[in-house]
Order: sequence, then C-alpha cells, then structure tokens
Amino acid sequence: MRVSVSWLREYVDLPVDLPTEDLEQALVDLGIEVESVVDLRRTVTGPLVVGEVREIEELTGFKKPIRHCLVDVGAANGTGEPQEIVCGARNFAPGDRVVVILPGGVLPGNFAIGARKTYGRTSAGMICSAQELGLGDDHSGIIVLPPDTAARPGDDARPVVGLDDVVVELEITPDRGYALSVRGIARELAYALGLSFRDPGRQPASAGTAEPAYPVQLRDTVGCDRFTARMVRGVDPTAATPGWMRQRLTVAGIRSISLAVDITNYVMLELGQPMHAFDADRITGPLVVRRAEAGEKVTTLDGVVRALTAEDMVICDDTGPISLAAVMGGETSEVVGGTTNVLLEAAHWDPVMVGRTARRHKLFSEAAKRWERGVDPALPLVALQRAVELLTAHGGGETGAEVLDLDHVRPMRPVVLPADLPSRRVGVAYSPQRVVDLLEQVGCTVIRGSDQLGADPGTVGTAAGVGDVLTVTPPTWRPDLTDPADLVEEVVRLDGYDRVPSVLPTAPPGRGLTWQQRRRRAVARSLAERGYVEVLALPFVAPELADQLGLPADDPRRPAVRLANPLSEEEPLLRTTLLGPLLGILKRNLGRGHRDLALYEIGTVFHPRPGAGAPPVMGVDRRPTDAEFAAADAVVPAQPRHVAVVLTGDVEPAGWWGAGRAAGWADAVEAGRAVLAAADLPADRIEVRAAEHAPWHPGRCAALVVDGVVVGHAGELHPTVLAALELPRRTSAMELDLDALPAAPVVSAPAVSGFPPALIDVALVLDESVPAADVRAALVEGAGALLEHVRLFDVYASEALGAGRRSLAYKLTFRAPDRTLTVEEAVAARDAAVAVAAQRFGATLRGA
Amino acid sequence: MRECPYAMSYRNDPYDPKQVALLDPAALAEAVATAEQAFAAAADPDALTALRPAHLGDRSPVSLARREIGALPPAAKSDSGKRVNEARRAIDAAYAARAEVLDREQAARVLVEERVDVTLPYDRRPRGARHPLSTLMEQISDLFVGMGYEVAEGPEVELEWTNFDALNIPADHPARGLMDTFHIAPPAGAETSGLVLRTHTSPVQARTMLTRKPPIYVVVPGRVYRTDELDATHAPVFHQVEGLVVDRGITMAHLRGTLDHFARAMFGAGAKTRWRPHYFPFTEPSGEFDVWFPEHRDGPRWVEWGGCGMVNPRVLRACGIDPEVYSGFAFGMGIDRTVMFRHGVSDMRDMAEGDVRFTRAFGAGA
Repeated sequence: MRVSVSWLREYVDLPVDLPTEDLEQALVDLGIEVESVVDLRRTVTGPLVVGEVREIEELTGFKKPIRHCLVDVGAANGTGEPQEIVCGARNFAPGDRVVVILPGGVLPGNFAIGARKTYGRTSAGMICSAQELGLGDDHSGIIVLPPDTAARPGDDARPVVGLDDVVVELEITPDRGYALSVRGIARELAYALGLSFRDPGRQPASAGTAEPAYPVQLRDTVGCDRFTARMVRGVDPTAATPGWMRQRLTVAGIRSISLAVDITNYVMLELGQPMHAFDADRITGPLVVRRAEAGEKVTTLDGVVRALTAEDMVICDDTGPISLAAVMGGETSEVVGGTTNVLLEAAHWDPVMVGRTARRHKLFSEAAKRWERGVDPALPLVALQRAVELLTAHGGGETGAEVLDLDHVRPMRPVVLPADLPSRRVGVAYSPQRVVDLLEQVGCTVIRGSDQLGADPGTVGTAAGVGDVLTVTPPTWRPDLTDPADLVEEVVRLDGYDRVPSVLPTAPPGRGLTWQQRRRRAVARSLAERGYVEVLALPFVAPELADQLGLPADDPRRPAVRLANPLSEEEPLLRTTLLGPLLGILKRNLGRGHRDLALYEIGTVFHPRPGAGAPPVMGVDRRPTDAEFAAADAVVPAQPRHVAVVLTGDVEPAGWWGAGRAAGWADAVEAGRAVLAAADLPADRIEVRAAEHAPWHPGRCAALVVDGVVVGHAGELHPTVLAALELPRRTSAMELDLDALPAAPVVSAPAVSGFPPALIDVALVLDESVPAADVRAALVEGAGALLEHVRLFDVYASEALGAGRRSLAYKLTFRAPDRTLTVEEAVAARDAAVAVAAQRFGATLRGA
Repeated sequence: MRECPYAMSYRNDPYDPKQVALLDPAALAEAVATAEQAFAAAADPDALTALRPAHLGDRSPVSLARREIGALPPAAKSDSGKRVNEARRAIDAAYAARAEVLDREQAARVLVEERVDVTLPYDRRPRGARHPLSTLMEQISDLFVGMGYEVAEGPEVELEWTNFDALNIPADHPARGLMDTFHIAPPAGAETSGLVLRTHTSPVQARTMLTRKPPIYVVVPGRVYRTDELDATHAPVFHQVEGLVVDRGITMAHLRGTLDHFARAMFGAGAKTRWRPHYFPFTEPSGEFDVWFPEHRDGPRWVEWGGCGMVNPRVLRACGIDPEVYSGFAFGMGIDRTVMFRHGVSDMRDMAEGDVRFTRAFGAGA
C-alpha cells in the first residue's frame, strides 16, 4: 500500500518537521513493514515547471510517431521563448498544460536532462509522464494537467503534481486488514507517536431508512452480512475527477477512470471500505444478492467471461449476475461515459468466501485483498456518506434521501484476558492498568472483571486465574483479535518490543545428536576428504529419466511422486534415485569446462505409498489421536535418505610425478566401502558382490551388502545410459540407502598379541570367473584362528597360466596370541587355507 | 694368503737389526706422523677407510713393531710395549677424529645433494568439499545441541495438516496463499492428495509436539520448497533452521535471550539483535528480527535474519499440549540467506547449481 503523508495528516497531526527516518521507525516498531519512504521533494532536481503546449508538428518517417512541440514555459528557460521539445507521447493537444523538465534537471534514477539533437530536431527538455516523475506506474502517456489547474506556464510544477509530499510504501501483514487504509495507518501512527487521531470511520452518516435507495433482496447473510446503498441522481457525466484525488490515486497505483469510480477507489483507500458504483439505468429490476448457481456466467470489468460456482457470491438483476460480489464488478452495469444516475453500494462480505472466489478466478483485486484480510463492518454507511458527498461536490446531482441498510452483522465477541497474561507471556511486568490502557488505545472496550463471562456463553478465552480478569471487546475493525494471545501481542506491540529483556532459558540436559545424525556427518566428511564435492541438487526429474537410466518395467524406482503444480511441466516428478539430478549437475560442470569430477550428495528420495489414498481429515480443535495421525502419516511417501557419488575424468591428475589415474568402477566401489566404513560397520558384515542393476554396466556393477541385505550399488555406468545422458564413457557411480544401514555395533576390542608374526605369500591360479571376494573368504575360512590378516597384493594373467585363468597373490599374516609360531604351524595353516581354495575353486599354487 | 691372527710371527727368526729398528722411538713417531698426514689427506670416508690397512692393519708399521716385542729381552719389553701402544693409540685417535670430520662432511654433503624443490605442487589426491549450506546447518545444530537442545527432523513431502492446519493456517487463510506451495498430485480417483512439499521446517514443530512431551527444546534444520523459479534471489528449494521450545513459564524474554546468544555465537561477540512486530499464524505475538553483522563484506550493518514468536496456543492445542500449563517460543531463519550475507554470495544459483568451483572454496568444513 502506497500512501502520501499529506493524506495521513488529515487524520493525525504529524509534526511538520517529522524526519522521514522517525516516520519509518514508528511504523516498523508497530509491525508495519516499510518498503520505501520516498521524499518526493527530493526525487526530481532542477527546473520542473508547468508548460503550455503551443504547437505540435508530427514528424514522420520514423519507426514510431514522434512529435516536435513548442512549449511555453514562461520565463523558466531564461528566454521567454517557447521551448523546443521532442516527445513520443500522443495524449495531448495544443493548449494543454503539461509538466516539463528543462535541461539541468534530473529525474528519478539519476536521469539527467540536457538539450540534444534527436530525430533531426533540437529537444531541450522533456514532457513527463507520471512514471517518469516517480509518481506511479502510469506510463500510458504524459501528464496533462486538468483545465482547472491554477498554475501558469513557468510555475514550479512540484506542488501541482504532488511532488511536494512524502510517499510511504507499506507491506501490510495478512492479519491487519484495517491497515490497508489511510484510516488504519493514521491510527497506527497516532499510537506510535502519541498523537491524537480523528477517526474518519466514525464520522456521522445518514442511517438506514424505511424506504430503500433501491430494492435489494439479500438471500445469503453468511456470504454477505451487510448490504448498504444510496442513490445519486443527475450527476454530470462530463465532470472530471479533481486533481488532488487523481494524484492520491496515482500515488496508490490506481488509475483514474471516471469521477464515480475514482470516488469509490478513493473512499476504499481512505477508509478501507471497498465499494461499487452501478449505473442505475443499466440495471433492470431489483438487485438480488445470493450464491451463484453452477453454470452461471458473468463478464467482469476486465472483459473476462467467468464461469461461476455455487460458492461465489453474485449480485444479480433481472438479467442475471451483474457483479462478482466483493471481487469485481460486471461490464453490463458499470458506470460509463454517459452515466448520470449512480447507485453506490457498500457491503460487508465473508472473508473466506471472497478469498476462495479470488483464488478460484485468480482475481486478486484491491477489493478482494481487503475483504480477505478483514474489513470493518461498521463502515458501510460512513463510506456511503463520504462517497455521496464527494460525488455531489464534484459531479453535481442530488443524493436520494433513502438509505438502504440490510444489517446482519453480529457483535464482536469479547475475549476474556487474565490481566497478568501479558506479563506472563512476555516477561515484562505490565500493571493491569497499563494493559487496559494499551488495549483501549487500539480501540478495545475493556471491562475489569469477568462479569460478562457468565452472561455471554459465547465468549472465548482463558479460564480466570486468581488475578484480575479483563473482558475485552475488540473494535469492529479488528476481526483478528479473537484470542487472549492476540491481545498479548497488542500489549507488547504498543508497549514496545524493545522493552522485552533478554533472558537465556536453561534447557534440560539433552542427548546430543542421534547415531543416524552423527553417521550422516561422518559419511559426508569421509567423502569430502576423499575428494568428493558435495552438491545439493533440485529433486525434480522428468518422466523420461527412468527410461534413460534403463530401469526395468517393474523397477521400484519407476513409480514416483508427482507434483500437481511443477515449476516445469518437463520435470513433474520427485526423484526416486539421487543419480538423475546428480548426473545432471555432473553434466553442467562438464559443460563449464571441468573434466575431472567427483561429486556426492546426501539427500532424500521419494517413493509413493502404493494404494495410499488421501489422508483422513483432521481438525485442529484437539490433538489427533495416535491412530488418526498414524493413518495420516501412512499416506506420506517413504523418504529414505540416500548417499550417492558420481565421478568421471581422472581421480588422480597427471603431474610431475607421472601419469594420472582415470576414475573407474573401482573408485565407485571404494566410495561405497568408505561410506560403510564411516558408518562404523565392521568389515566382516559387509559383502561386495557382482550384480546386474540398472543404470550400471552389467559386468562392472557391485552390490553393496550388509548382513546379507543389499543396501546399494556401485560401479561403472552402463554405456547406453551414458550415451543417453551424453556423459563421458566410464563415468562411474555409487548409490546407497543410508536409512537401510543397521546401527553400528559396540566394537569388541581385539586381543593384541605381542608375539612375532609369520608372513607367508601364496599365489593361487584359478579360473578368472571366480570372484576375488570368494577366494579371500575361502582362505580366511581355511586358515583358521591363526590368520591375522590377508591382503591381495597382485592379480596376474598370462598365456602361460592359460586362457581364462589368473593368478591371485595373497600375503597371509599368521600370529598366535600366546606364543611364537613355529614355521611348521604357519605352513600348516597356509596349507589349510589353500586347501579350501583348492577344493572349492580348483585353485592351485602358482609354480607348484 | 690369510695370516693366522694369533701367530707370533718371527719369534724364531734370526736377530735382525733392521726389524728391531721398528721399535725405535723415532720410527714410531714417524709412523704416527705419516698416518696423521695420510688421514688428513683423505677426502672422504671411503678414502679414509682405504688408508686403514696401511696404518692400522696387520702390516702397518705399528703392528709390525708390536710383533717384534716378543723377541726382545724381557727388560726391553715393557718400555717398547708402552711406546708401541702409545703410537697405536695416537694413530687410532687420529683416524677416529678424521673419520668423524669426514662423516660429518659427507652427511652435510648428502643433505645438499638430496635437496628437492618443495614448491612442486602435489595435488595428487585433490580434497573434496562440503556444501556451505550443510556445514552451516551442522554448525547451528551443534550450537543448540551444546545448549541441551536436540535435532529434530521430518519428511519433505509432508501432510498439509502438519504443514498448514496444525500451525493455525486454515485452508482459506490468506497466509496459506502467501506460501507458494508445491502440491502433490492426487492419487487416482481422489480430489486432493492432502500432501505438499513442506513450505517451511515448521511442520516438524507439530510432529515434535505430537510425539514428545514438554519440556521440548529442539532445533530443526532442513530443506523446504516454494514454487519460485531459480534466479539470483529465489530458489524453489532452500533451507531453514528453526528452534522450538515448549516449557513451563517460557516468555518472550527467553526468546530474545536465545536469539541474542545465537547471534553472538554465530557472528561474534559484537553481534546483537533487534526485533519488531510481525505476523505469523503459528506464533502470537510474532516478530521479525535483524542481526547486527560486524563483518559484512560491505561494512557492519543490520541484516534481516528471521522470524520468531510465542507458539500460538491454538498450535499447542492442536498438538495436544495444554496452553494453560505450557508456553513456548519458536524462531527460524533461512540458511541460504545466512550463507549469502555471511560469505558475500550474491547469486542464489551459485548454491543450487553445484558448480565445483563454488563449493571447493568452502573446503571440507569443520
């Protein structure tokens, strides 16, 4: 909401010399966010004067129509001769008075004006639009001053166009509808600065009469609990909106349309009461206020035909709906150029209904915005009074004596507030009298004691404590004050947030991070130390990804959670594997010239619950039962936390030490082992076995197995997948479900023997199809308890060994806990180990 | 030919004045002087070692002289023996002294010869890096864990009930419209899924209160979602941390004290906070707070940091906590935003796009 300070001054006596910083601070301290404070007196520097257009010469032969004008600027240019100005706007004629900035002036945005040659002519200055002067968004043409403007050519134009004012732009939170008006902001400033406030919403107004201003049937008092109207007949259809009103509308960002419409907008800005002006001669028959019927249509003022639903409220005449109530008027009944009889309407609509209607029709009008946030139901007659006075003052005509007032507004519900609740919640000692004073300042009616509690079972509030109890009836413009906590906020807000002391509470002893949380950190750090760079990818993926990754038809990663309103229609799904988005980021990095890359991500993947319907409806008046919440939670997709790595290029770069080492399947598998090691899972519970699993290369894919359960895969990606995703050959990856990992066991310490080890190397020749992991297992099994360590130190194949055979060389370390092993004992253990490998895989000792 | 070491040579040889001359004091002095000269001339330990047989070996003058002692008359033995031993010791000492010098010289020479260029780059196993958003979330979690809080978590695809309703944001409340929400598509045959991508970390408040009994002191880091296109100042996915305390007698003063402590711990002893009223449906009273950040890239200044307030009694009630007995506060802030002003990141895309140059600058984190 943008409003000028001069307007605010009509209702609150702001000091003449109030610094803009103090004004801003006062608003901020009350919870009104100040987007900007613009001192218009300083926005345009240099000569800004009124000019009168003398001659216009149309220049042709250019891409757009251009005018060369001679403008009388009086003596402001020092010569008294008309000023030559080239102008692209067309909404003016000779004789019009306009706003001219002369050379040496500077417009907002540091736009310096000089004399220059353009379009073959001299242009010494500029004729300004409202937007160029920083007066609003209207750039549809230059400002043409109304004929009744007193200013003469050469006069300073600033006071004429309102550049002698200060404009504040405010962001109003959704709970404070009343602050979307000059009335509300002036009231807040009066609190903040301790000034008196003249409430324009409490001005005397004609009350409802027995005879209606126009026949109206109000059929839905839930959607509309008040409907008022007055008639003004014989308005001069040519009457113009006065300049001051247009200026204020312009500042607020509202375009001037016609006197009657401008007045409704002006009153809305001033009081906060949205209104509507009907052309009484374009309505036939009585007005009916009701819910729409499905299938009905109305053409709103913006020219859009809107199909209505049974929740929308409409105003109808004999022809059907003529207005989408509270949101936007209709075309057929709007005030037009020839309108002389104006029916002014001010109503009070249900905020929930308006909100739904506005969202359904995507029509967030200024009126809807106010209705949704709450409008004072006591305003309609005051607003009508103000509107008819303005209309007759500037457009003539006569106000009918009849005042329609269909009033079903229910009184505000009192809130019972223990007088000490603000102190208890805020931590500042407010005396009961201070609480009463502050609440009265915002307009509440406060009664000491809870006498009304018994009398009115409709009151809500906190059960009375031992202390004072206040019965607080909020003012009609504060529908947001419904709970004791709302009143507590008013007290601390007005008393000042800055007065709240700073006290650090003492938490009970905590249990620290969970093991899962510690584990995630250990995994992340381990991967980072190993050269992987963490990324946090967006989880949105395309349906085609599953095909690109070559996932089988029945793969559990195919069913995905779908967004109803994705940012991109191409990517409506949530990831079921980290690899898609991660490979996308790999590709982006490759595209930026990085060649050697190792990335990791720890994040959630999303798996829909098969057959899950919608969650049960739960209220908020009480805690849902455990069963209710469990039923709701069962609908929430499974969201396990995964870790994944991708890598390509060299994992070790070439350097002066020698050649680089290309990243490959083994690095990916190692990353998986590193994760499991960081998770503190002992090696004897981990198994790495060959697997065929998309999107990996079927011959270069390992399953990572813990306690016999597959928790992830690693290896080189399938060449077809890499081709489909346009990634380099041999790109490798690992993905593992962190949530599938069991808790780490308590480590049982080894007995550390001080006796010397016996080291024996064995080279086994066997079929190359036998996995090394199995050979190792056989050796461990055969060697028995004396084996301390086994390490594969060489893999060798040659023609001499025979096709399809290879040699695996192991270093075996034997040690006994209680003695030095004899050569015979060590050899016997070695032989036992080899025997199992021989028996199981036909392994022979190389060279034997 | 190898000599038997214990043979007393020449014992039965005929008397030979020439051999006896070996025991002459002058001859022994000569032998010592010769050895000393020779040793001094040795240029390195190997050369010195090569000189050893000639001056200290079996056929060296002193060794030969000693052999002659046996043949001397008993009266002469003692005197000659003493002289030979002295000469022998002198040569030994000269040898040892020279050896020490030469060894030291050689060691020093080796150190010079083995010199390398230690400025050669050795980025053979480049270190990776952690994302600054992750490390900051951990840092904040640690701070609160140190104060006794626990780290609570919740799902990213969340029930509308926990994301909105339980937090006093009814279906038709304008505040719901302010959060540009990703909705999950309804299952076949249903009108709504009842699910959203959580728009804030606050649903974890509801989950925490539903599953724990007060006193509750938790901090909630996590990813959240809004339907904003990725640009310099917006991202559809961003990160928040929020804190929730529910206990007896909790006041706004406790909230302020917590924020002040948090600010100082994050931004140094010079940091402070200020706050002003604001509106959030799930807190009442509510506020927004700024932090004074002395180390801002563009000079010390106030920076908008987050929102806070006293947990709305309606929220407590919906989560089964008696608002007559307990009160609480909550606060939250954007982590992305914090990283941006703390580290001078000017474009949100840098944090979301995953360019390794950006993340590497932050190292592996502490």
